[in-house]
Amino acid sequence: MAKGRSVEKPLVRIRGLRFLRAGRAIFDGVDLDILRGGVTAIMGPSGTGKTTLLKLIAGQLRPNAGSIEFAGEDIHRLRSKELYRLRMRMGMLFQSGALLTDLSVFDNVAYPIREHTRLPESLIRRLVLLKLEAVGLRGARDLMPSELSGGMARRVALARAIALDPSMVMYDEPFTGQDPISMGILIQLVRRLNDASRLTSIVVSHDVKETAQIADYIYVISQGRVMEHGVPERLLDSDSAWVRQFMHGLPDGPVPFHYPAQSLEQDLFSGP
Amino acid sequence: MTRQLARLGRAGIQSIERLGRGHLLLLNLLAGLADLALRPTLLIKQLYAVGVLSVAIVTVSGLFVGMVLSLQGYYILSRFGAEETLGVMVAASLVRELGPVVSALLFAGRAGSALTAEIGLMKATEQLAGLEMMAVNPVKRILTPRFFAGFLSMPLLAAMFSAIGVLGGYFVGVGLLGVDGGAYWSQMQANIDLHEDIFNGVIKSFVFGWVCTWIALFQGYDCLPTSEGVSRATTRTVVHSAFAVLGLDFVLTALMFGN
Repeated sequence: MAKGRSVEKPLVRIRGLRFLRAGRAIFDGVDLDILRGGVTAIMGPSGTGKTTLLKLIAGQLRPNAGSIEFAGEDIHRLRSKELYRLRMRMGMLFQSGALLTDLSVFDNVAYPIREHTRLPESLIRRLVLLKLEAVGLRGARDLMPSELSGGMARRVALARAIALDPSMVMYDEPFTGQDPISMGILIQLVRRLNDASRLTSIVVSHDVKETAQIADYIYVISQGRVMEHGVPERLLDSDSAWVRQFMHGLPDGPVPFHYPAQSLEQDLFSGP
Repeated sequence: MTRQLARLGRAGIQSIERLGRGHLLLLNLLAGLADLALRPTLLIKQLYAVGVLSVAIVTVSGLFVGMVLSLQGYYILSRFGAEETLGVMVAASLVRELGPVVSALLFAGRAGSALTAEIGLMKATEQLAGLEMMAVNPVKRILTPRFFAGFLSMPLLAAMFSAIGVLGGYFVGVGLLGVDGGAYWSQMQANIDLHEDIFNGVIKSFVFGWVCTWIALFQGYDCLPTSEGVSRATTRTVVHSAFAVLGLDFVLTALMFGN
């Protein structure tokens, strides 16, 4: 997989994105390109709106200004029916898995296929088993979501996200709260599925080490704008002290260890 | 003072916004009817969850309400020597008012709160967002079947409530208090009008079913996706439904039976 930026037209093209929530700018002038066939990571501290960015790309939220294009189509100019049609080409792995709790693992993965195709049940069965095999959970097909561990639920959700063979999969914090084995499996799955199925992947995460392992390109966002972007090696060695602090997880730096307050001496000796 | 006025104004604007969102949801619910016609199994499943599972609470309550009506009615009617009209008094009270109103209040408590909690939790656990990402419209697929199940179940539940209530009234009035059984039924048959009493009661039930299910679904769909948000929405469903049912009952009664 090429680690540089090519001149190929991006699958997702974001220009001048501005999004406000309760009067506060979550994004203010964000430009971002997601290239086809690669794994692009969007990283940043908690609360910077990474998940919001995925929802904007998926058309679940509307920006206040700017444009988001998917395969050349401006998502927020589409009619509801066209947007739903476009979403069939996107998959999304939610942080919680978002499995339908009243359906078994098999039925969860079969759900989008049954909804959007008229395939015979025998063929649906084969497709579902293949998708579950890809995430290593063919044997868990009869379990209910309540019987799955967090890592297994995310793998089932991943099988469901790729059920309709989308051209892009978005991962919302896929590694958060996972034990080392589950995390290792998920890291490997993201990369393997991307390459084997010729997908385009967007991984939103603040797990720097794990994400940098599999990403071809990284955008670091904070305070409503892109702080820096580039291949992982370049960002790990960035000129920006803030980006270096974030990428290496340093406890002190431009983002101070202490919450803003008056000096310790003043605080200790000025009180009653 | 200015701050209080601003707060009042903000609350007013928020209420109007909620009302607008509620009506938009209603339009989307109705727009899903065509899809629902293609997938009747979704409706049948919800008729079971919303309607059949409410039968027990509605029939048991109907039985006791009928028994109490008969008891109270007998004491008053016997003062005027009019015990034979007990049947018509019990039946008229049930089919005109108590059947539709009490079963709607019970429906809001049993099925309405369950609908709000279910939809609210689906929102909190991102299941609704997950459906959208699978290019499935959650309003059409999840909410519309529940809406029409509530709308269709309510008159049936109210009819069961009234029928069991009439039987409860019979057990107490005829079985315990010695009212003549023939008079109980014949007075009822002669004085209960199909259009005036029964049809009007059924219309009330349809209205209450519509409103209670709409409120329940909107509260779930519009709630904050947190445990506290779902809990508040569930409470609001029961409170708003109760107000809506009692208020609408007055309006409908005035329209139907007023001169």
